[in-house]
Amino acid sequence: MIPELGQFALILALLLAVAQCVLPILGAQLGNRALIAVARPAVAGQAVFVVLAFAILAYAFVTQDFSVAYVAQNSNSLLPWYYRLTAVWGAHEGSMLLWVLVLNLWTVAVAAFSRRLPDDFIARVLGVLGFISFGFLLFMVLTSNPFLRELPMPADGNDLNPVLQDPGMIVHPPMLYMGFVGFSVAFSFAIASLLGGNLDVAWVRWARPWTNVAWAFLTLGIALGSWWAYYELGWGGWWFWDPVENSSFMPWLVGTALIHSQAVTEKRGSFRAWTQLLAIFAFSLSLLGTFLVRSGVLTSVHSFAADPKRGLFILCFLAIVIGGSLLLYALRAPKVAGGEPFAAVSRETLLLVNNLMFTVAAAMVLLGTLYPMIGDAFDLGRISIGPPYFGFMFVLLMLPVVLLLPFGPFIKWRAGDWRTAVGRLRPALWGAAALTIVAIVIARTLADGLPLRAIAGVAASVWVGLGIVLYALHRWRTLPRGRRYTPEMLGMICAHFGVAVFVAGVLVVEATSVEKDVRLAPNQSVTIGALDFRFDGVKDAQGPNFRAQQGTLSVLKDGNVVATLHPQKRVYVRNQQPQTESAIDPGLFRDIYVALGEPIGTDGAWAVRVYVKPFVRWIWLGALFMMLGGFIAAVDRRFRALPAAKAQPAREPMAPPAVAAEANA
Amino acid sequence: MNARLLPFAGFVLLLALLGFGIWWSSSHDLREVPSPLIGKPAPAFALPLLHDPSKTLGSKELAGQPYLLNVFASWCVACRDEHPILMQQGKSLGIKLVGFNYKDDANDAKRWLAQFGDPYDVVVADLPGDVAIDFGVTGAPETFLVDAGGIVRYKYISPITPAIIATELLPRIASLKQEGR
Repeated sequence: MIPELGQFALILALLLAVAQCVLPILGAQLGNRALIAVARPAVAGQAVFVVLAFAILAYAFVTQDFSVAYVAQNSNSLLPWYYRLTAVWGAHEGSMLLWVLVLNLWTVAVAAFSRRLPDDFIARVLGVLGFISFGFLLFMVLTSNPFLRELPMPADGNDLNPVLQDPGMIVHPPMLYMGFVGFSVAFSFAIASLLGGNLDVAWVRWARPWTNVAWAFLTLGIALGSWWAYYELGWGGWWFWDPVENSSFMPWLVGTALIHSQAVTEKRGSFRAWTQLLAIFAFSLSLLGTFLVRSGVLTSVHSFAADPKRGLFILCFLAIVIGGSLLLYALRAPKVAGGEPFAAVSRETLLLVNNLMFTVAAAMVLLGTLYPMIGDAFDLGRISIGPPYFGFMFVLLMLPVVLLLPFGPFIKWRAGDWRTAVGRLRPALWGAAALTIVAIVIARTLADGLPLRAIAGVAASVWVGLGIVLYALHRWRTLPRGRRYTPEMLGMICAHFGVAVFVAGVLVVEATSVEKDVRLAPNQSVTIGALDFRFDGVKDAQGPNFRAQQGTLSVLKDGNVVATLHPQKRVYVRNQQPQTESAIDPGLFRDIYVALGEPIGTDGAWAVRVYVKPFVRWIWLGALFMMLGGFIAAVDRRFRALPAAKAQPAREPMAPPAVAAEANA
Repeated sequence: MNARLLPFAGFVLLLALLGFGIWWSSSHDLREVPSPLIGKPAPAFALPLLHDPSKTLGSKELAGQPYLLNVFASWCVACRDEHPILMQQGKSLGIKLVGFNYKDDANDAKRWLAQFGDPYDVVVADLPGDVAIDFGVTGAPETFLVDAGGIVRYKYISPITPAIIATELLPRIASLKQEGR
């Protein structure tokens, strides 16, 4: 009975989504205050039912209700309770429910924190969000109902995909969805401004903190996914240019462009139409990502739930949402470039370069991801474009971004001056040169020297890092206390510092990591650099729902054990699924990574993969700095201030509905 | 023309491509990407039997004699084209034919085999598709020839035809027999 309640809840949420979409937008067009007032209660009601549906599905997992087909497919009586909870979003139906849940959380937040915005504007925003929610709820009800029963009830469940039985998987999808779905707020702000025709830049100021927060969550989600792939898939790689990774990366790239162009539009009034277009693009790419993952048009290690019928539905939905908003943009976007004029050397120009590079990079990733399909369409044969294409193109496009980044803050709005900026940045140039030489010397004495890519990485990283530190010092010297580090400025400094850390991590690990596949008999050793890896044999181990063969490797430096690692080869009881569990000795300057291959021969020897990865943690550390920057910038009080009273004609305040309590709870 | 229509026009092109992708992936399953596994050991696996999930079969049990691993699924349209050929010629190949049921509901697969006939000596089921990832399976049908030492000798993507059996599979199977592998 309880799972059926879940389905009822979904259907009720669907109906409320219709109300939330149609009535407020109609009300805003007609100027009907009663219809506009429907928006917030509809938001609250829909959120209640979606939360209820999600809770019911979670309850079915926790109580092991295997009569629900989705539970039976993705859980098992031996599955520990915490993985039972994460199994809720372990496959297609549940992850769609999580998508809708996250969308409702964002919508409630928008409804709650937008009381000072004009009623008709926020009614349109909530209406657009309601339409998106409607599409996804309809999708679930029609093609992916998580509450379907399987009768007769199976005695036991099929178990969660072993790859997903991992702490990283608990947080990765929710964070990713917070980012994906968060762009829906900037999107609906842009659409609302197009619908209402109020093309002043006020909406951009209100949208900025939302975009920053969404971008920060997406950064965290992608970083977690990369970290998870690194230790769980057992390949030691941190980014594969896999279609699913790409589909989360494209919104990030456009989102990065968007947060910069929003800054220009809000402060200078320039790039208005462009900012609207980017807001549409960022969310469209999130939707497209969902389509690519769910429709089965592209194969990928992640697409465990692909089905062409679902693909067709999402395609129609994409056509309506993206096609409709782009058409609206074509008809209603401001025809005249507004804003203040700027010179060739100005912060505007630099941010334009940033926007251009990030948008082109997103287009490049999109093209590469869709390339196999293009090959089919023109009968060129199925050509997969691998990491070489993406790696080369991406580095090429990001090179100007990294080189120009330190100039950004030093060049003034409207008309800047190269010479002063170069003068202020001179210490960073010298510092980059000096530290690079130091790095080369150190590497030469310790190992076989640094390859060119690592040298370039160190130089670029120091250049960006010092450049941003110099800017922080410059503000300290030239501005009075209180105006030096507003949250917006601090967030910018933090995120750009993250870029420096990230660049160092990527280029050093790509150029200098050592990977060896070796056959090791017990007590045999292999040497990598200054480290000896001694294989101490394999023993049996037992987990809650798996048996494992657990190897022991001692890592020695100068005869002293510095780490003992226990990689496992697991076999999950239910499906007899083998699963490689790598073991990692993490460190700020190097990771030691070992994974068991297969047993070879009869003397207890195994194929063992041994990796040494210098600076690999810096990749995720950099991403964390960027994320932190996004969050810090979002709390700036300036964004919450209303523009001059003209945007808000005197009106009687709307009766506060129950949403506020809801959102604060 | 209004330049503001350009993003929309671009999107229409993209939409056409995606629609084509859906049509294509539901009508074909041909993926011509060469396998890096050829000449290398087949990945170790252990999968439940389709007809008796309490038992498993894997690389360990299969070692010692050559076998043909055929990836199929009830949802796969192309597998239906391939199926009659396996029914006719499967037994005369002189090699163990292992059915690899890929990302399929067990009941659907059983029904499918009951309806069209079961050419396989044994069928294993890979519902999550993890072993398929290890094999580098990109779609169904795909066929792998593995020798007695567990080395992948040949891989064919898309439905097997009588011509492929005559020109590619039979000579390879004969030479495996001669080598005694």
